[in-house]
Amino acid sequence: MIKIKNLSKKYNEKTVVNNVSVNIKKGKITSFIGPNGAGKSTLLSAVSRLIKHDIGEIMIDKKEIKSWKSNELSKKVAILKQSNNLNVRLTVRELVSFGRFPYSQGNLSEHDWEKVDEALSFMELHDIEDQYLDELSGGQRQRAFIAMVIAQDTEYILLDEPLNNLDMKHSVQIMKVLRRLVDELGKTVILVIHDINFASFYSDYVVALKNGKIVRQGPTNEIIEQGSLKEIYDMDIPIKQIDKCRVCVYFA
Amino acid sequence: MAICGLIMQQLSRNKFVSPTTAGTMDSARLGILVSMLAFSSAGPFLRAGSAFFFALLGTFLFMKILDKIKFKDAIFIPLVGIMFGNIVGSITMFFAYKNDMIQTITAWLQGDFSMILSGSYELLYISIPALFIAYLYANKFTIAGMGEDFSINLGMNHRQVVNIGLVIVAISTSVVVLTVGIIPFLGLIIPNIVSIYQGDNLRRNLPHTALLGAVFVLFCDILGRVLIYPYEIPIGLTVGVIGSGVFIYLLLRRRSYA
Ligand SMILES: Nc1ncnc2c1ncn2[C@@H]1O[C@H](COP(=O)(O)OP(=O)(O)OP(=O)(O)O)[C@@H](O)[C@H]1O
Ligand SMILES: [Mg+2]
Repeated sequence: MIKIKNLSKKYNEKTVVNNVSVNIKKGKITSFIGPNGAGKSTLLSAVSRLIKHDIGEIMIDKKEIKSWKSNELSKKVAILKQSNNLNVRLTVRELVSFGRFPYSQGNLSEHDWEKVDEALSFMELHDIEDQYLDELSGGQRQRAFIAMVIAQDTEYILLDEPLNNLDMKHSVQIMKVLRRLVDELGKTVILVIHDINFASFYSDYVVALKNGKIVRQGPTNEIIEQGSLKEIYDMDIPIKQIDKCRVCVYFA
Repeated sequence: MAICGLIMQQLSRNKFVSPTTAGTMDSARLGILVSMLAFSSAGPFLRAGSAFFFALLGTFLFMKILDKIKFKDAIFIPLVGIMFGNIVGSITMFFAYKNDMIQTITAWLQGDFSMILSGSYELLYISIPALFIAYLYANKFTIAGMGEDFSINLGMNHRQVVNIGLVIVAISTSVVVLTVGIIPFLGLIIPNIVSIYQGDNLRRNLPHTALLGAVFVLFCDILGRVLIYPYEIPIGLTVGVIGSGVFIYLLLRRRSYA
């Protein structure tokens, strides 16, 4: 379990994450939602040690984040950032193979290559595995990055807006992959997502942030609800029940 | 030398960085001058040490400047590097002038194989273990090239790897400058050419880069000897002319991409 307690982060006097406490349950999908600039990415970066927080603590499996060895933590937590502008010319397969670095230090064993292949099949990337990243479309590249994070084979997978650049088909494909990672392999997925309908349909828990503070958190159906959404986004969003799924009609 | 360029490009995440365009070579030359001034009878190893120290310092400084610059345009950065190199170069010239050493220092200015005498080329052996380490670290350099956040995510110590890379570059550069002189652009164009047909996986590229670099230098050397036979054009000049041509071509190619 990841426990975040009274976490705060300032950028030059401006408090970006303000006294946030969340417990993230193992074996579930937790979605972070909220308006632009709410502090979602900052929070995710702190949990994955990409940035240092100022106040508060982050416990990953009962151990404070600072006392984890970086290499050990990289077998436990993987993060994919919101934007990844690589100017390195690698093929998809090579990129995904770097996900095995924490285990192999660059010398991949048979087992490591199996994991790479597994990740490529999970993301259905085998047809383009030998193409160079800088010759792919934005969505194809995004899927390659996700495959790399899957190859890292960590218990916790943190994804900042993984649906960036993806069409409907591939958005659904990725959310289904995430669901499988959780349901079949027992992983824990934490993601930032803007499309509340995807959050509504695929996640178990939702945490809503606004101006660096948590406004709501809880099981998905308690948050995807007109009153909460009004509080989070200052918008009146009608919600329609279609079969088993709640759809937010946020276009007007 | 070409390998130095390759490592530097990965570390600085910029395709137009190389020992020529980052002041490493000029710094190494300053180091040689200092050693000649300070210990007039300096042996090759002392000179190499001094050249190495200055090359390291210079490259380090350049990387620090890059960190500070927010505006990271691919063409802007090598310009800064060349300016930086020229500043270091003029410092060298200033001290050389003051001490009547212009002649000696200009001898290092242009690479010239005919000047290599036995007794000094043994120094090149120093760079062999450096290249070996480069090969071992190849994958780490590639990850470092993917950026700091990627490195941290994969549990790698970014700073340490970058520093090791810089040390390797400084060692090899100073050894080459000391024995052959300055060979411009080699570290720039060879890795770029390899990258176009091979990608940026450093471990796979190292042998290709080394080979292509050697072939290219040999070609230029022979060309330099044949062109005005029985005289000889210094290798630095030949490589410089052909290299700057290819450099301009690469710049234009980039433009048409953007
Ligand atoms: N490196 C930085 N330096 C200064 N301020 C920053 C930095 N990174 C983020 N901020 C500020 O922190 C606030 C929160 O940023 P963050 O990226 O966490 O938002 P977000 O919730 O992920 O937004 P989005 O939905 O647009 O991705 C913003 O106001 C931003 O301006
Ligand atoms: Mg964000």
